[in-house]
Parts: sequence; C-alpha cells; structure tokens
Amino acid sequence: MISTVKVHLQVIGEITELFWDSLKCMTTKPFYWGRLWEQILELGMGSLSITIVIGFITGLVMTLQFGYGLEKFGGTLYVPAIVSLSIIREMAPIFTSLLIAGRIGSGMSAEIGAMNVTQQVDAIRALGTSPVRVLVVPRVVATVISLPLLTTLSAFMGIIGGYIIAYAEFRMPGGFYFNKVLTTIKFADVFGSMAKCAFFGLMISLLACYRGFQTKEGTLGVGTAATWVVVRTSIVILISDFFLSKLLILMFD
Amino acid sequence: MEKILELKHVAKTFDHRVVHKDVSFHLHRGEILGLLGNSGTGKSVILRSIIGLEVIDSGEILYHGNRIDQLPEKKLFSVRKSISYAFQSGALFDSISVFENVAYPFFEHTKLKEPEIEKKVMEILRIVKMEEAWDKMPSEISGGMQKRVGLARSMALEPEILLYDEPTAGLDPVNVEMVLDVMRVAKARGSSGIFVTHDIPAASKICDRFIIIKDGRVAFEGTWQNMEDSTDPFIQSFLTGSEKV
Ligand SMILES: Nc1ncnc2c1ncn2[C@@H]1O[C@H](COP(=O)(O)OP(=O)(O)OP(=O)(O)O)[C@@H](O)[C@H]1O
Ligand SMILES: [Mg+2]
Repeated sequence: MISTVKVHLQVIGEITELFWDSLKCMTTKPFYWGRLWEQILELGMGSLSITIVIGFITGLVMTLQFGYGLEKFGGTLYVPAIVSLSIIREMAPIFTSLLIAGRIGSGMSAEIGAMNVTQQVDAIRALGTSPVRVLVVPRVVATVISLPLLTTLSAFMGIIGGYIIAYAEFRMPGGFYFNKVLTTIKFADVFGSMAKCAFFGLMISLLACYRGFQTKEGTLGVGTAATWVVVRTSIVILISDFFLSKLLILMFD
Repeated sequence: MEKILELKHVAKTFDHRVVHKDVSFHLHRGEILGLLGNSGTGKSVILRSIIGLEVIDSGEILYHGNRIDQLPEKKLFSVRKSISYAFQSGALFDSISVFENVAYPFFEHTKLKEPEIEKKVMEILRIVKMEEAWDKMPSEISGGMQKRVGLARSMALEPEILLYDEPTAGLDPVNVEMVLDVMRVAKARGSSGIFVTHDIPAASKICDRFIIIKDGRVAFEGTWQNMEDSTDPFIQSFLTGSEKV
C-alpha cells in the first residue's frame, strides 16, 4: 500500500519535473517552429473531421433529449439556452478531450516510446541536443493550442446540430433559436471552455510524452503505454474538470 | 603523449548487477584504442558513461584534465560536440531521411547556411559511400548502410574523439573494410577514437593500442604485439577464441 503510494508520488514528481523542463525549453532558444507546425497539422488537422462529427451528433442528441424532456413541462423554449450552455461548458470540452486523449495516448506515447527503445532518444542527447526541446515542447504546445480550437469548433457544430433538431422536431424558428443562443452564451463561457481544454491538453501531452520516455524494450512496452496514457488522462480530465468548473463558476458567475 | 581522455577507478552498478568495479584507462591524442571484452562486460556502458548517457557511481572521467562525469545535462551538450558516439545500432532518426540525419548536427550546432550544409553533408556521405542514398528513409536501407549513415552523423562536426560501438558487427567483409576506411578517414581528419569490438582481425588492422575488460576491471593493456606475446591464458584464449567467431 505504502509502496504503491510512493510509486504514484514518484510518477507525479517526474511528470512535474518534465513540465518544468518543458517550460524552461519553451522560454529559451532554439524553438522548433517547424516541428510545432508539424504537430499542429498532425494533431489538429488529423482530428478535424472526427471532432466535427462528434460535436454535431452531440448537438442532435442533446436537443432531442432536452426537447422532449422539457416539452412535458412546457419548457421547450428553454432548449436553445440549455443545449448551448451545456455543450459549450461541458459536452464539447469533455468529449473532445477524451477523444484526443485516445488519439494521443496511442500516438505520442507510442511514437516517443519507439524512439526510446531504438535509442533515438539517446541519439538526440548524444548529439548535444535535448529530447525535451526536440520532442516534448512541440507536442505539448501543439496540443495546448489545438485542443481549445477543436473544442470550440465542436461546440459550434453542436449548436448547429441542435438547431436542426429544434427545427425538425419542435418547429423552432432559426431566428429565435440563434438569438437565444447568442444572448445566453457569455464570453466567460467560451473562455472558460478553452481554458479548461488548454489544461486538459497540457495534461494529455505531458503524460503521453512521459510514458513514452518510460517505455522499455519489447512490443509489450509500447502497447501498455497507450493503455496507461488513455486511462490516466481520462481520470485526470474528469477529476480536474470538476475542480476547474467550480473555479470558473466562482470567477465568473 | 597527451592524454585527452582518462578514466580513473570507474565503478557502475545497475540495480544489483555490478558491471564495473574499477576501470581505469586513457586515450592519447591521435590514436585509436581498441576496447575488447566478452559480451555483457559493459563496453557500451563505458562509452555511454563517457558522454554522460549513464551516470557512474564512483571514479572520475577526465577530458583534457577536467572532470566531465559530474556535469549537469546542460554542460554536457558542449562535451557531446567534441566527443561523439556512434551507436551500436546506428540509432538513426527514422522519421527523417538519410540526408537530414547527417544534416542534424550542422543545423543544431553551426550557423552555416543551407547550401554550405548541403555541401558538407554530401561530402561526408561520400566518405561513407552513401551519397547515392541521400534521399532514402532509414527504413529503406540495410542495417549495414544504417550503421554507415550513423557513423557519418557522428563524424559530422569533426569531433575530437569518436566512440565507435561495434561498427563492424554483423557486416560482411566488404562492408567491414568500408567501415575501417571510414575510421581511417576520421582519424586523418583529426578524430581520436575508442573502438569497441569483438572483431579481433578488424581491430588488429586499425588500433594503436588495446585494452581488454574482464570482471569489471581492465585485464590487459598494451599493443597488438604485447597481446600476441602474452602468455596469460585468458588473453590467449581471448585471441584464439574470438578469431574463430
Ligand atoms: N540501462 C540498464 N539497466 C540495467 N542494466 C543495464 C543497463 N545497461 C546495461 N546494463 C547491463 O550492463 C551489462 C553490460 O552491458 P553492455 O551493453 O555495456 O555490454 P557490452 O559489453 O556492450 O556487450 P555487447 O558486446 O553484447 O554489446 C549488461 O549485463 C546489461 O544487462
Ligand atoms: Mg555493447
């Protein structure tokens, strides 16, 4: 029991150290713009279509459920407000982050893990360069930038999807729907959603890179790394979401 | 002769496995030192310790008389520009081409413009006879070729010391000769070297001096002649035993 606690604390310590190292590398030269751009393309563009689909479907389903749920109490008019608010504040950030966690868990950790096992990480060091600077910083920065943007796109698609159901099922006019959405959503909602996702992105990419560096010889190493990252990041996302939401409510509501 | 690199009483243990108990030797300027020993005696660990990829438990590693074994990672960067490690496996970056692998040190450590880098890279690729494969990815070339490109990458900045980790292992005789030629060129360009190998015939052709590691200590130190003349049964069995392999 005590030893497992010790191991967990050690992992947290090492991830924190990786975070500080990355910060140091971010604020000093050289910064690899090319590698950052590569990562943004791979991560952001690669996740674009799935993000759009997921966001859209979420909007459809939420409107359907809230629409028929609220209809019983004569509350159909509240559908645009409730749907858009819950999508922007919770659904889009959580779904997109979990999705990206899955992609990155098997992507980044496997990539760095394979490089570690084949001594490419050692080679980066042996050539007088820093693996944190070369491998971690571009990935972390790319994730922290991409995830909030993807989430915002996903939320936008969700609101569009919501309108389609609101019109098709409940005959709600577009003017009314979008007017309600725009008067409900405040800057703080969008900002809060993006801030949360920036934090989730940081956690996902840091954990994935960390686990990649831990990967040892053998194909088993790379496979278990992916599982490790997806499970840990999902837990971290869901738990920290509660506290971040509470914090944002204290700050803005 | 000037000692440019010296190990004094180096000890290293992994978890419970004692690899080095007390290893001391030195490298003179301009020579190639053969570092021999059976598999698992920690030859790679010695080379990795010299450039700080492993941290030694006790003892000292001196480069031009200055200790480099306690340096923080940041200070090691400059050491690694002067002491270069050619990995046993090549360790090429598999997401970039042969050309880009060799160009990496130039982009990182020099202010040269791209056309100049291009010229330098092609020149080094010619030395290792890989100029035709410059645009190939590492996965598209054979293991022997990967080793040569790895050599090219570690030679790029004309380091003062080159650490060769079994550069001829698993190669056919033609390729072995090619690698030895590359090592001669590197030497002519001013790089001293430590040549870790099981390949006694190859070592005998190129090394100025030899040491043999056994049970975590240096069991022999001397020239090829000294080694052949030795009556020590271990050294004799080592010479004859390895020659059969
Ligand atoms: N990172 C490590 N963790 C634990 N043990 C290690 C590590 N690196 C090396 N060892 C152990 O140290 C010993 C020496 O390894 P090393 O690779 O230096 O041998 P070697 O002399 O280069 O052998 P070979 O000729 O097969 O390459 C081995 O028994 C190996 O298991
Ligand atoms: Mg070895």
